[in-house]
Amino acid sequence: MDAEVSDAARPVLEGPDIARVLTRIAHEIVERAKGADDVVLLGIPTRGVFLADRLAAKLAAITGRTIPVGSLDITMYRDDLRLRPARALARTDIPADGIDGRLVVLVDDVLFSGRTIRAALDALNDIGRPRAVQLAVLVDRGHRELPIRADYVGKNLPTSLRETVKVQLDEEDGRDAVLLGERREAGVPAAEGRRNETARSGER
Amino acid sequence: MKRHLISAADLTRDDAVLILDTAEEMARVADRPIKKLPTLRGRTVVNLFFEDSTRTRISFEAAEKRLSADVINFAAKGSSVSKGESLKDTAQTLEAMGVDAVVIRHGASGAPYRLATSGWIDAAVVNAGDGTHQHPTQALLDAFTMRRRLVGRDAGLGQDLAGRRITIVGDILHSRVARSNVDLLHTLGADVTLVAPPTLLPVGVGHWPCEVSYDLDAALPKSDAVMLLRVQRERMNAAFFPTEREYSRRYGLDGDRMAKMPEHAIVMHPGPMVRGMEITAEVADSGRCTAIEQVANGVHTRMAVLYLLLGGNEPAVTHARTEETK
Repeated sequence: MDAEVSDAARPVLEGPDIARVLTRIAHEIVERAKGADDVVLLGIPTRGVFLADRLAAKLAAITGRTIPVGSLDITMYRDDLRLRPARALARTDIPADGIDGRLVVLVDDVLFSGRTIRAALDALNDIGRPRAVQLAVLVDRGHRELPIRADYVGKNLPTSLRETVKVQLDEEDGRDAVLLGERREAGVPAAEGRRNETARSGER
Repeated sequence: MKRHLISAADLTRDDAVLILDTAEEMARVADRPIKKLPTLRGRTVVNLFFEDSTRTRISFEAAEKRLSADVINFAAKGSSVSKGESLKDTAQTLEAMGVDAVVIRHGASGAPYRLATSGWIDAAVVNAGDGTHQHPTQALLDAFTMRRRLVGRDAGLGQDLAGRRITIVGDILHSRVARSNVDLLHTLGADVTLVAPPTLLPVGVGHWPCEVSYDLDAALPKSDAVMLLRVQRERMNAAFFPTEREYSRRYGLDGDRMAKMPEHAIVMHPGPMVRGMEITAEVADSGRCTAIEQVANGVHTRMAVLYLLLGGNEPAVTHARTEETK
């Protein structure tokens, strides 16, 4: 069962804030990668892909070069596949030149338990051998279950497990916002709700 | 009854499109240096083949191994089945071994349905061809090939085959491929025409959701795809047509006939092809013949079916119509 964001969800980031943090992340990537020469951006569907596209555009504006961008669906690498019904696959699109020897920056909207990123690292393993892998997320809400951290964070958002974090992006939802709400699962004790949430989306 | 794939008629349009879309993603895995996914790790799949089949068995085996399932191949020849063991006993043996899925090919129409519904076994059952009844994964791989060629690889995602005209030629009477294709293509919105000598059409074909014709030349100019079926000599227990030459002259596809097809139309064959009988070498080797592509697409499609049936704690495919027929 999907936990829904309650009506009282409160925006913690809105359109202009999201644009600003993405610009900052783009500059940080250029700074750390010393020019983004060999950077490949891989977005994790659904919203990570849109964020990766936006970052690529910003990187191109900063460096004057076209940055390869793709998407990496991690569904078949999840460790919770058997806990819920089989789900439809999203698109995996690796740029034509591949990822061998490149600096791969994984892009996702929310970093939560870390399990999605673990699955993404496994998936990368099967696709090639990057020089290095970094992680960029729009929101880090904490509660990690694996030793994983992001290299670029749009906003650190300390949350309780009773809260939900929902990212909305113009391409998918018609508006840009990060919403913080209360979980709305009647009769589900906190511990179980937690497990469901991890199973549901790993990061969200 | 939601965990099995017994008949192409059990699939809704949405199920079928989901399988085709998933197969398209599976096809991308085949382009990678490491053609393997950890998705079905720890799951055991048995290929239970009571009838000879190299192509289908290898295709399923490749699909299972690419998804990291543990594969057990079981051929009836030389097994306890030849000593007289029943399907029930075999099923219970597999159940005791903790098998998660059974891919079954059987000479008797209905054997997979019996296996799935009798309560002998808890595993998911995938029909890999039963008698003259059904071969659903073949129909799915054919639909996948048509969608790729006629609509496009990326443009086809989410699409069905609405309005496409498909002609199926040959031994309809003995063909589970024809039955499965008529069911699935109808579900996907295509218009199907069956072309065969009257003796090779089954009783009741008039009630199938398709047209029937005896005239191949009339059907060719309005076909988007022409599917040729192998004349199954091993099932021919009576004189269904005078001579092979006569059959070939009226229902075989040669270069001249192929020229009557529209420019974009493709020639399909489920294999094995009998060259010179239903298809000439010229047609079989032309760029319009998709026989080899169909083999490759079979692996992608079977990976998709296995993933959707076994990948989660319940399948993503909803068999709406099976509930009614039960």
